[in-house]
Amino acid sequence: MEIGLEHYLTVAAILFTLGVFGIFLNRKNVIVILMSIELMLLAVNINLVAFSAFLGDLMGQIFALLVLTVAAGEAAIGLAILVAYFRNRGSIAVDDINIMKG
Amino acid sequence: MDDAFAALTTYAPALPEIILALGALALLTYGVFRDDNAAKTVEWLTIGVLAAAGWAIVAQPAGDQILFKGSFVNDDFARFMKLLVLAASAFSILMASDYLRKMKMDQYEFPVLILFAVLGMMIMISAGGLIALYLGLEMQSLALYVVAAFRRDSVRSSEAGLKYFVLGALSSGMLLYGASLVYGFTGAITFTKIAAAVQTGGDNIGLVFGLVFLLAGIAFKVSAVPFHMWTPDVYQGAPTPITAFFAGAPKVAAFAMLMRVALDAFPAIANQWQQIVVFLAIASMLLGAFAAIGQTNIKRLMAYSSIGHMGYALVGLAAASQNGTRAVLIYLAIYVVMTLGAFACILAMRRSDGMVEDINELRGLAQNDLTLAFLLAMLLFSLAGIPPLAGFFAKFYVFLAAIEARLYTLAIIGVLASVVGAYYYLRIVKIMFFDEAAEPFEPMARPLKLVLALSGIFVLAYVAYPLPLVEAANAAAKSFF
Repeated sequence: MEIGLEHYLTVAAILFTLGVFGIFLNRKNVIVILMSIELMLLAVNINLVAFSAFLGDLMGQIFALLVLTVAAGEAAIGLAILVAYFRNRGSIAVDDINIMKG
Repeated sequence: MDDAFAALTTYAPALPEIILALGALALLTYGVFRDDNAAKTVEWLTIGVLAAAGWAIVAQPAGDQILFKGSFVNDDFARFMKLLVLAASAFSILMASDYLRKMKMDQYEFPVLILFAVLGMMIMISAGGLIALYLGLEMQSLALYVVAAFRRDSVRSSEAGLKYFVLGALSSGMLLYGASLVYGFTGAITFTKIAAAVQTGGDNIGLVFGLVFLLAGIAFKVSAVPFHMWTPDVYQGAPTPITAFFAGAPKVAAFAMLMRVALDAFPAIANQWQQIVVFLAIASMLLGAFAAIGQTNIKRLMAYSSIGHMGYALVGLAAASQNGTRAVLIYLAIYVVMTLGAFACILAMRRSDGMVEDINELRGLAQNDLTLAFLLAMLLFSLAGIPPLAGFFAKFYVFLAAIEARLYTLAIIGVLASVVGAYYYLRIVKIMFFDEAAEPFEPMARPLKLVLALSGIFVLAYVAYPLPLVEAANAAAKSFF
């Protein structure tokens, strides 16, 4: 079987969906949410690189590199905010993030 | 030397952004080396940098300037939006200074982070392609996540930061997934090339799929229903002057980005995105009107109010016409002024034992401080859209554009929602003027008085001098058509 563009897109779509569900269904830990976010961004990268190869256009790969860089920055800031939150609240369970409601 | 001069003139259209970037880095360095009490100096210098960037925009010639192979577009629309963002940010910093000092949060990082966020917003506004759009958006968002959690020792503030981060990252992911599909199905990164590809290729299911994801990601940033759930929590949890900032500049920038995507990249399939925008507009207007009724915290109320106002602005975009675009620009400008004024009043709600946020604390304000009560009442009437105040004209233009575009249902639902919305604004006016007086607030700080006076004058005088704003918006709206 030839591996074509649609296979890459399917894998990316599955990974992306897993990431989104990981954010919404996960009731345990905020770290898991950070991992889900990474999963979504990596799915996008697969998409971009696959399209780039398919179209013979370099822009997609450049985009993917920039996404990787930004994802690193995003993870750093997310963890920093998480540490600040943990110091105040003493917990990072998703169910405990509920001071404000309504 | 000649080469350097040639480079300067080539990149002149990006001068405001260059000023902001260099200014932010210089101020950061200054703060690091002089962190004993550098906050006040950095605050003023930040306002100076914002003013310099504003001056650089005003000095630019009219017309389109395109840089970086189409990734950076500087047209009349961009200049209008950028000036709005710069003004909103400068006034937010001005309003914040007194609060930050009293709460012992006056660190130099705050104005520097705002500068970085503003730089991101400018790039978003000028984005001419998907990469520039994403990078600008992330630059803005990453700074804003930190700013929301700026009060590190407060559970509420750090929770607000965490919620904002998680949902913001989710929305960036969706936007990016949409961008990757749009890139794949058009083979182009810049909006002009995407528009050309869509024009010849028509719409296919993959492209529409990408467009939906792209719009969903942007709808998060303008806090349109059903992507609004972060807004009330972040507004309530973040320190009040930061909430004031969130309610102004980032909304304008996100809206500019939405208009660029819709009108620059996808004018050929307007019928596709129109359905989405109409849905977002109706849902936001209704939720903004009904969910605000039961609120007791004034910051939370302002959050629902801003969701509703974004819905009204989306009505203008749904028209997909030049008049509609002009109406959106006027709406955003008036909205920013009204919101900043209202937040100046909220920041004045301070007693000797600290800030208060409950709406009932405003009871009998008219007996203690008639000027403040009167100006707040005018701002609330204007937010409710009661003539002859500025807010009425803002709503009038968007509904008119919707009717011209034959979106009758949308216009009718909008008018009905604004009637419901008027209830909760008028309830505050009733509390201020007819209830038993509470303990008076501490006297207002001078910057708050200035912002409140300026926005009060704008709201009252707009009916007499509407032309400057209307003409500027008209020129800006022409960039798309």
